[in-house]
Amino acid sequence: MRYLPHSPHDIQHMLKTIGVEDVEELFRSIPRDQRTEKPDESPGLPECQLRRYIEGLSSKNKVFCVMLASAGAPFHAVPKAVETIIGRSEFQTAYTPYQPEVSQGTLQAVFEFQTIVTELMGLDVSNASLYDGASAVGEALLLALRVHKGKRRSVWVSEGLHPHAQTVIRTMLHAFGEVEIRWLPLDGKTGATLLPGPVTSDVAAVAVGYPNFLGVVEDVAAVAVAARQGGALSIVSVSDPSHLAVLASPGQLGVDIAVGEGMGISGTGGMGGPGLGLMAVRDEYVKQMPGRIVGQTVDSRGNPGYVLTLATREQHIRREKATSNICSNQALVALAFTVHMSLLGPSGLKDMAVLSRNRAMELRRGLLEIPGVCELVSGPVMNEFALVFPKNAEGLRAHMADNGIFFGVPLGRFYPDKPEYKEAILLSATETACRDDISHTILLAKEFYREGK
Amino acid sequence: MTTHIHSGLLHREPPIFELSSPGRTGHALPAPENLDCEGLPGHFLREKAPGLPELSEVEVVRHFVRLSQWNHCIETGMYPLGSCTMKYNPKINDAMSGLAGFTATHPLQEDEFVQGSLELMYQLESALCRVSGFHSVTLQPSAGANGEFTGLALIKKAIDLRGQGARRKKVLIPDTAHGTNPASVVLNGFEPVLIVTGPEGVLLPDAVRPHLNDELAAIMVTNPNTLGIFESHLKEISELVHGAGGYVYMDGANFNAIMGKVRPADLGVDTMHFNLHKTFATPHGGGGPGAGPVGCTEELAPYLPVPRVLRTNEGRYRLVSELPNTIGRVHPFFGNFSILVRAFTYIMENGGSGLKKVTEMAVLNANYVRSLLKDTLTVSVDVDTLHEVVFTDRDLKKETHVSTMDVAKRLLDFGFHPPTVYFPLIVPGAFMVEPTETESRIEIENFVETVKTIISEARTDPEKVIGAPYRTGVGRLDETTAARKRILRWTPPQP
Repeated sequence: MRYLPHSPHDIQHMLKTIGVEDVEELFRSIPRDQRTEKPDESPGLPECQLRRYIEGLSSKNKVFCVMLASAGAPFHAVPKAVETIIGRSEFQTAYTPYQPEVSQGTLQAVFEFQTIVTELMGLDVSNASLYDGASAVGEALLLALRVHKGKRRSVWVSEGLHPHAQTVIRTMLHAFGEVEIRWLPLDGKTGATLLPGPVTSDVAAVAVGYPNFLGVVEDVAAVAVAARQGGALSIVSVSDPSHLAVLASPGQLGVDIAVGEGMGISGTGGMGGPGLGLMAVRDEYVKQMPGRIVGQTVDSRGNPGYVLTLATREQHIRREKATSNICSNQALVALAFTVHMSLLGPSGLKDMAVLSRNRAMELRRGLLEIPGVCELVSGPVMNEFALVFPKNAEGLRAHMADNGIFFGVPLGRFYPDKPEYKEAILLSATETACRDDISHTILLAKEFYREGK
Repeated sequence: MTTHIHSGLLHREPPIFELSSPGRTGHALPAPENLDCEGLPGHFLREKAPGLPELSEVEVVRHFVRLSQWNHCIETGMYPLGSCTMKYNPKINDAMSGLAGFTATHPLQEDEFVQGSLELMYQLESALCRVSGFHSVTLQPSAGANGEFTGLALIKKAIDLRGQGARRKKVLIPDTAHGTNPASVVLNGFEPVLIVTGPEGVLLPDAVRPHLNDELAAIMVTNPNTLGIFESHLKEISELVHGAGGYVYMDGANFNAIMGKVRPADLGVDTMHFNLHKTFATPHGGGGPGAGPVGCTEELAPYLPVPRVLRTNEGRYRLVSELPNTIGRVHPFFGNFSILVRAFTYIMENGGSGLKKVTEMAVLNANYVRSLLKDTLTVSVDVDTLHEVVFTDRDLKKETHVSTMDVAKRLLDFGFHPPTVYFPLIVPGAFMVEPTETESRIEIENFVETVKTIISEARTDPEKVIGAPYRTGVGRLDETTAARKRILRWTPPQP
């Protein structure tokens, strides 16, 4: 085995030094009757066959030339330099920075990540990242419940969050127990979250998507005001951080906790992950933050340096009173995010957001020219929108797939009990699509319906 | 420009924001044709651009390459972090996870368009079942701690469905458990109850007996435990817990010590998480992404997160979400997929025989460290250990005032990453060494000689050890100031 640097002579020497006869004797503390009766002795594959096998699996997946879906997993154009940096052994094969004197690279990069996230979100403090955007909403709700010290036991959560995120939240809060989730429906006409009335005194937090799952940019400022008036915290979940070059930052809108999914920027969203959970909060909630946080300090020689800090919130110190059980972050994904954001700068991020929106608006405009195609909801959007097709939306998607185009996500899959969503498709475009891709797609759709399919 | 040079080729690299200058950019996006955001109300728009740095690609790449050079990593040298486990990460695994068929597929593509990914997940689940003896495995949890949450959620679901949720709330946790365990228990609405390990470093049935009643939800045992000792009574304890209507959770973080030797399901374990980086050689990335798949018995399988991957009679794969008793989801898609590809590649390269050999060499290496150092340092509990060995600074501190932390920091001057220190908490000044199977005899001997040198320094020149490190890019860092001053982001220097 090429990863085992032991010669037969080494093994003999080591066994002798230890004072045992053979390797088996090293396992004598495991009672005989607890050992595996018939260990799996199957051989491994040499690299050439291994490569053929795994490459064979990957080739059974279809790679689309044109990606017109986000639905929680946006694809952006990520420069090769990002992959090069995160592929460096020093970042990729390092452990959590428990010994800061030999981990300054990771620590400074996380400090820069935290700075970028607070800038984007317009809030005071970011952590070193969480697993993904969905669990980040769950963690934000738990944070709000802790802030209210158990006095408020319900949360209002918009049905405009990604349906899978809704399930993650339900799983997390159900497990935690004694928390009531009130799901806020979307307005059938605008697609924005409907508040049932003033936020009541039992509510710890109100959480909405920004933009929401249907792509609608909601009036987050109004939600933040309503939450504040009811004494609750406001939470927004940012589906694509590139939007924040154009859209008002959550902080500007008066939001208390902003979370989001960053894998579109880090370029790790193939098959949906590794994700990148972003979280930023107002300063007064820092002690209730889950996850790792990096802080600046000085070393024994008076130079600046970085360490993991505020550990008294964490599981290894606080045990069962910790703010979360999380003991890692998505460090390498956060690094990819930081490198990409640094390459883009403010102008590049804005170009990305605006290009994505231009492409999406061209697509929407073109498709709306087809007789019978209409918007599902009327609210303002960034680069994601839902259209209702006159018939056979599935046939249209299959036709597009034959032409190498991943033509959005059918909403009926997520809402089987809503007949109005049956022929609706959630579409999106980013800068990865060029104008020709968009016009070709529109042409294909027009032909499809002209031929009466 | 000498201010930016620390020594030799090591750079003193400022925060990236200080390298920024207006008008530079490192991207190659075309200029947008249409800059106005028609259709978006004015008050929805951003007032002030986010303060991102402005640099060319060359400058960005140099900045991060320079930062990288401040890091120790497994490819620089040995990383004997006990219980954290840092073994070599094979290159072929990275290459396979980077294949376009995996990286360029949208997670919501129809089953027919991701057959390769579904087959990989199905086969990885099967391989993990084979090596652990469990009936089913979910790959969704993003890390070990997320796996703990998931496994306990399965138990909670089973208890709730029996109508005992209001009463069965106690989860027994031995004092040798991982730090995340109590927090994971609380996140499931359970109450942790600490139980004490016996004098020989293993949990005895008598420690469990007083808790065998209708309030018992589960026991959560790390096996081998954080002293590196196999919990030889676990099978009997499992029977006792099951007899009282409770469940057995095994923290499988240390599964790398018994893989191919013991199948946890055979010990009566109901559910367990794996840490793919610890056992199956996936990279740790400076803190993540990890992956914490969870295995469980047939009884708990109906509660696993959805979607599940099923294999049809025609040899096709499909996702199924309609399981009435599922706990739901712990990830929006399939977990940290690129990590799963790496672990699967590793398993296929090793085969069952290779995985067993990996375990044997890991245990051989740890015991070699132990036998070479047992007369220099004090072994915490003098019984057989497997993949790691825990020393204590009890005697050293009495004799010299030099502590575990000082020895750890001094190791940095010799180019070694220190072992895990001050964990487990039950060992005073713990110094927990886990070399893993990928270190050679010579590398281990070098490490041991270095430790001996430092211990002899502690006797002859203790101040030297206490003042370490000297040769690292930064000196010992002041963690108290960090917590007090709370500088958690870069801010522009005040004019």
